[in-house]
Amino acid sequence: MTSRPTSGVRSEPLPGGEEQAGSLIHARGLRKSYGDFEAVHGIDLDVQPGESFGFLGPNGAGKSSTMRMIAAVSPPSAGSLSILGLDPRTHGPQIRARLGVCPQEDTLDLELNIRDNLVVYASYFGIRKAEAGRRADELLDFVQLTDKAKAKVVDLSGGMKRRLTIARSLINDPDLLLLDEPTTGLDPQARHLLWDRLFRLKQQGKTLVVTTHYMDEAEQLCDRLVVMDGGDIVAQGSPLALIREHSTREVAELRFAVGEHAALAERVADLADRVEVLPDRLLLYTHDGEQTLARVHERGLQPVAVLVRRSTLEDVFLRLTGRTLVD
Amino acid sequence: MALVTASLVRAAAAPQTTGWEIVRRNFLVYRRDWLVFLTGFLEPVLYLFSIGVGVGRLVEGFDVNGHLVPYAAFVAPGMLAASAMNGAVLDATFGIFFKLRYDKVYEGVLATPMRTLDIARGELTWCLMRSAVYSLGFLLVMAAMGLVESWWAVLAWPATWLIGFAFGGAGMALTTFMKSWQDFEYIGLALVPMFLFSATFFPVTAFDGWLRWLVEATPLYRGVALVRELTTGAVTADSLVSVLYLLVMGAIGVLVASRRFDKLLLS
Repeated sequence: MTSRPTSGVRSEPLPGGEEQAGSLIHARGLRKSYGDFEAVHGIDLDVQPGESFGFLGPNGAGKSSTMRMIAAVSPPSAGSLSILGLDPRTHGPQIRARLGVCPQEDTLDLELNIRDNLVVYASYFGIRKAEAGRRADELLDFVQLTDKAKAKVVDLSGGMKRRLTIARSLINDPDLLLLDEPTTGLDPQARHLLWDRLFRLKQQGKTLVVTTHYMDEAEQLCDRLVVMDGGDIVAQGSPLALIREHSTREVAELRFAVGEHAALAERVADLADRVEVLPDRLLLYTHDGEQTLARVHERGLQPVAVLVRRSTLEDVFLRLTGRTLVD
Repeated sequence: MALVTASLVRAAAAPQTTGWEIVRRNFLVYRRDWLVFLTGFLEPVLYLFSIGVGVGRLVEGFDVNGHLVPYAAFVAPGMLAASAMNGAVLDATFGIFFKLRYDKVYEGVLATPMRTLDIARGELTWCLMRSAVYSLGFLLVMAAMGLVESWWAVLAWPATWLIGFAFGGAGMALTTFMKSWQDFEYIGLALVPMFLFSATFFPVTAFDGWLRWLVEATPLYRGVALVRELTTGAVTADSLVSVLYLLVMGAIGVLVASRRFDKLLLS
């Protein structure tokens, strides 16, 4: 029996249940309150190395509160949390040294130019100047901002700022990348460029944790996700498994005149597994959309517009919470 | 388990942050904007020429602890203390407010191994350095104009560091309570009367009773009194009161600021 040298770091297993071997993020009964308001109601999480993990939910679901706890800048109110095997309550700086964080709102340094934003940020990680410069140039190239190196932050478009923020989050070559709504507010072209960069990181084996209220983003980027609503996890699994479990294969969307949808829902209720009434359309959940549509027409109903499509995570969310993701 | 062990090994290698990172960041910002840096220095120098030298032709001078001091040499240490105050307050208030509330730079900084303590320490060090550059420049102007009366003046420079520390710490602490740019009116409301009445341009004996007591209790007065005692050679045991006052004020400021940073940024 040899005694192991103590490094001053706790190494016994964390309390609160079975730890999956090698989890980068491990949470049990994790809660966050602000005064009387509880934003996160006791959630369990495990994120494995190399995984792309997503939090899907509307605004106010508790995604950002959870992300801030994982980022070791917001102490949990209750429950256990370990990031990279360390307790964020006691090892914040050590954890943050190995995280890359892309916050929801830009926190770029407006008083520094683009390249200096990266070089100075590197210094916060204790990276030496020459190495910082090398990494900055490499990352500017990666996010296609090399020709903007000397520009001011205020002169960048929204998409460029997000790309710079992504580059900044990579300056310490993190083990775990946290992206809080990385593409919110961007136009489609900028989003696709950003997704492409994130996809490359995923292929390089980086562990990504993404929050989003866009179901297409979740489907694009996440191997596995949890659906959050009102501070709880209401479902989890791969995008495909979630759709299979909580929705039908196809959806027939019927658009009638405004105000008619609720009344017409009853007349088509037996044609689908489930009918959802939205203010501007009816959603008929069915195995075969075209066939369902044909039977709608047989009943003499004439929608203004129709669409048959595959089920998405949006439908899963609607099913689980009764609400749409983006208001 | 292998991963946990690996993480422990890397944890030990986490960088030791000090706050100096913030000083270097600020230096880089001002290196590209040195004119802004300079303007804060000019104001007390202009006052020295206008009031000290200009008005000094009409006024003989004042008594400082038993020495008769020519008017310009009386005003100069007042402006020296004011320049130390300016140098510290500018970044401690406007600069920090901008980073805290407007561009949220500190939120970005805290997503790294940096701690709120590093931010408070780094910003205060920077304020102190800016203040020290201003007061050194001012002392050189004073010496060149023959307004230094004693070898004690060698200690006036370190004495201005205390002024910078006090005003930097307190300014930083007060800034964390500000919610909008309008709140800065209060800073002006505190600084301008202090600048005019803290025995800067005329002796505190001009006031009687509680008013005099009030003036002597203001931090700028303590700073002015201290550096004036040094540049005119009228050092007494009372000078230590000012030293202590400024040290305590700065220390309380740093403590409050760093608690407030925790509350505002790490909730």
